[in-house]
Amino acid sequence: MSGSGEISGGAPRPALEPALKIVIVGHVDHGKSTLIGRLLHDTGSLPPGKVEELEAVSARRGMAIEWSFVLDAFQAERDQAVTIDTTQIWFRTARRDYVIIDVPGHREFLQNMVSGAASADAAIMVVDAAEGVRETSRRHAYLLHLLGIRQVATVINKMDLVDFDERRFAEVARDITQYLEEIGITPTATIPVSARAGDNVAKRSERMAWYQGPRVIDALDGFHRLTVAADQPLRFPVQDVYNFDARRILAGRVESGVLRVGDRLLFSPSNKVARVRSIEAWNVDPLPIEAHAGESIGVTLDEQLFIERGEIASHEDHPPQLTTVFRATLFWLARAPLEVGKTYKLKLATREGTVTVQSIERIIDTDTLAGRPGDRVERNAVAEVVLRSRGVLALDEHRSIARCGRCVLVDGYDTVAGGVVSMEGYPDQRQTLQIKATNVSSVEHGVAVGSRAERNGHRGGVLWFTGLSGAGKSTLAMEVEQRLFKKGYHVYVLDGDNVRRGLNVNLGFSPDDRAENIRRVGEMAALFADAGFICVTAFISPYQADRDRARRSAGGAFHEIHIEADLETCERRDPKGLYKRARAGEIEEFTGISAPYEPPASPELAVDTANHSIEDCVARIMNYIEGTFSLASAAKRGAARAEEAESAPANGR
Amino acid sequence: MERLAELEAKSIYILREAYNRIEPLTMLWSLGKDSNVMVWLARKAFFGRVPFPVLHVDTGNKFAEMYAFRERYAKVWGLDLLVVDCPPIEEIDDSLPPAARAAARKTAGLKTAIERHRWSGIIAGIRRDEQATRAKERVFSPRDPAGHWNFRDQPPEFWDQYKTDFQPGAHLRIHPLLHWSELDIWRYIEREGIPVVPLYFARDGKRYRSLGDRDITSPIDSNAASLEEIIAELEATNTSERAGRAMDHEREDVFERLRADGYM
Ligand SMILES: Nc1nc2c(ncn2[C@@H]2O[C@H](COP(=O)(O)OP(=O)(O)OP(=O)(O)O)[C@@H](O)[C@H]2O)c(=O)[nH]1
Ligand SMILES: [Mg+2]
Repeated sequence: MSGSGEISGGAPRPALEPALKIVIVGHVDHGKSTLIGRLLHDTGSLPPGKVEELEAVSARRGMAIEWSFVLDAFQAERDQAVTIDTTQIWFRTARRDYVIIDVPGHREFLQNMVSGAASADAAIMVVDAAEGVRETSRRHAYLLHLLGIRQVATVINKMDLVDFDERRFAEVARDITQYLEEIGITPTATIPVSARAGDNVAKRSERMAWYQGPRVIDALDGFHRLTVAADQPLRFPVQDVYNFDARRILAGRVESGVLRVGDRLLFSPSNKVARVRSIEAWNVDPLPIEAHAGESIGVTLDEQLFIERGEIASHEDHPPQLTTVFRATLFWLARAPLEVGKTYKLKLATREGTVTVQSIERIIDTDTLAGRPGDRVERNAVAEVVLRSRGVLALDEHRSIARCGRCVLVDGYDTVAGGVVSMEGYPDQRQTLQIKATNVSSVEHGVAVGSRAERNGHRGGVLWFTGLSGAGKSTLAMEVEQRLFKKGYHVYVLDGDNVRRGLNVNLGFSPDDRAENIRRVGEMAALFADAGFICVTAFISPYQADRDRARRSAGGAFHEIHIEADLETCERRDPKGLYKRARAGEIEEFTGISAPYEPPASPELAVDTANHSIEDCVARIMNYIEGTFSLASAAKRGAARAEEAESAPANGR
Repeated sequence: MERLAELEAKSIYILREAYNRIEPLTMLWSLGKDSNVMVWLARKAFFGRVPFPVLHVDTGNKFAEMYAFRERYAKVWGLDLLVVDCPPIEEIDDSLPPAARAAARKTAGLKTAIERHRWSGIIAGIRRDEQATRAKERVFSPRDPAGHWNFRDQPPEFWDQYKTDFQPGAHLRIHPLLHWSELDIWRYIEREGIPVVPLYFARDGKRYRSLGDRDITSPIDSNAASLEEIIAELEATNTSERAGRAMDHEREDVFERLRADGYM
């Protein structure tokens, strides 16, 4: 198809690079807007008549010319001499075109700062020479770090207020450089400036002959365009599905990698696979055969799959991770604090879902970079949290594929947080969620489940013990097994050692291997239960997702038993000396010390071994088992219920 | 990525996001160069068709060439065109200076249409480089149930995660061209061969850089009679695009007042 324009396109022009986006950050009043206004003026970028207009609006407020008014256009901003919202302005040097992003320094408007800064390629950090590095200087720097902006030049502004003193410059420069380096940023330049007068902005300062380094304009031209690695794995989140005509088109933007006609695409989390038949486009002839990161495209597939917005397409060999839990380093923007247990809407790529805050791992003090524990995150704070999702999410870690590894949270109508994703300590659940052998269907048994129970005198089932190392899982399991056996139950304990030496001998202790270990145990326990046994498992099994999967495998016969003991108690017991070794750093990813333990949200039974004797705990578990599994007690219960029903009319109205 | 390709891809992403998240939706077609680019981008986003109505808020004061253009391209482009009228000037706030008051007729016309059609999303072709309060806009910008822009408390917006949740009765303005400059627009028109109203091309040493109402827009001195010449002219100048719009120069706060009240 082609356009029906009256005008035909001219001769092809040389390709233009996108304008480089630079954000100017720093503490309130340190001169960010002034610097930009002055930069535009000194490079002749302001339209004719603008200076006169600025003089007039400044004079109206009893001021000499205020360069910040080029950006600060709201009446409230001019009247209060403070930037409220972010602005973008175009600007050109001999080398290239820029978009300069001004952001507010006032802490009240941090959300506007983030809105401006998030799209930048590089940053200039402005610090007042007289005031030195302040709280927001550091907070802004930390946010740049979180947003992944690594190219930063620093401007030590208002040098006129410190008599253009070289020593003072060196002092402030050292402070800000030190902070930046602590968060992994090496400034590309550090420039003494008087923005108001224009020293070292576009013109070299005569009053600071001691400085011969780059001017602000040189620092801009010294920034590099960050090129996205072409060899990143493909990510194509589905934005919409169109059926406008006979074609069924999946629309979306390629976020990384390359998509080609003929590629086999794997859609996550649904795990469907199909081949790309065509890349569709309008007013493009011939149709493209490949699409690169950044392009908004549409594709058709060779099969009519049911695919929805939110799925992420990749190649089969490098898919995104699948998970129901992940870590996020969040910047919290809402007035109401973030709290453990609260539920928010998650937006990640084109996917929307529901997440609950499982834990707040640490709240980061952006002044000292220290982390502290806490159970709520206040406005404008940065915190590392663990989020649990209702459904399975496809995602990447921010450090590997940024665009599929960042998210926002929405509460009601409002965006309340932004964050970057990490999976540290959590396994990819793809292995365990995916059904590999698709051509196996289950065989109907000749013996019905009910017949087995009748002969045994009890139903089969899984008693899933979970708890920290040293909580008493094995001790209790072995004791319960013995007593049940004596009472005539068919019972068997699956314990770490008897499984790891045989069935799971090929698995280690990485998050992925741990997840697989538990998956196999879950499946095996379900088989035991099906065979009529009471199968007791004694594994730390720290992740809720893994236990939930085991529950699904066992059908209705799954009973989660939380063997509770606080970390301190377990560490004191330390029967195998493991805690000591973990503390000494000899064991990595040790649950409770350097890897998470997720206590069950609603276990069928919880026993507290820290505050109760082994005997008490065993008795409670025995009670529970006999009440739940024994056919005799089921018969008694049934009889009692029948009696109740019969006597009801007599008591009735 | 090449610059125009990047701008285009982002606009398409925004338009698809609006179409997926917001209903009912309409696009403002002022017949100017920007809104023609916007319609064109919608056809790109939706593979040749514009899947929502296109709205011309007609002050009745446009140039004859603009009306001719509207009739012609509504057909050629297969647009579902809606035209709404604006109330007479007497009904508009008389504390506004004259040109701004004339411009405010458009806000009033749009408000009536929104009430009638209950649109939740209005796609408008404003750009940051046109005007300093537009430079502070969001891509998805909420308007309260009275149609007002609460510019002092705008929602956070980053990583292409736009605000798509809003209270009942409110609506969103969607700005798919916010990140384009005037030069980008002309370069794209040239690349794609997008038709524009002929008034943009110089005749007898004058041309329009921006097309508003007949009585409050004036042409600039120019000999740029082709796309190449317009692009060359803009590459060399830094005069503001809206220099010929009377309303921008009447009073310092006038644009802010208009926009807070719901002007584009
Ligand atoms: N003496 C002196 N004053 C300056 C200089 N640069 C800026 N100022 C003044 O410092 C004040 C604050 O400047 P702005 O540019 O508004 O500061 P800002 O960093 O943009 O402030 P926010 O955006 O509100 O965070 C204004 O009164 C400026 O005139 C300078 O180099 N020397
Ligand atoms: Mg400012």
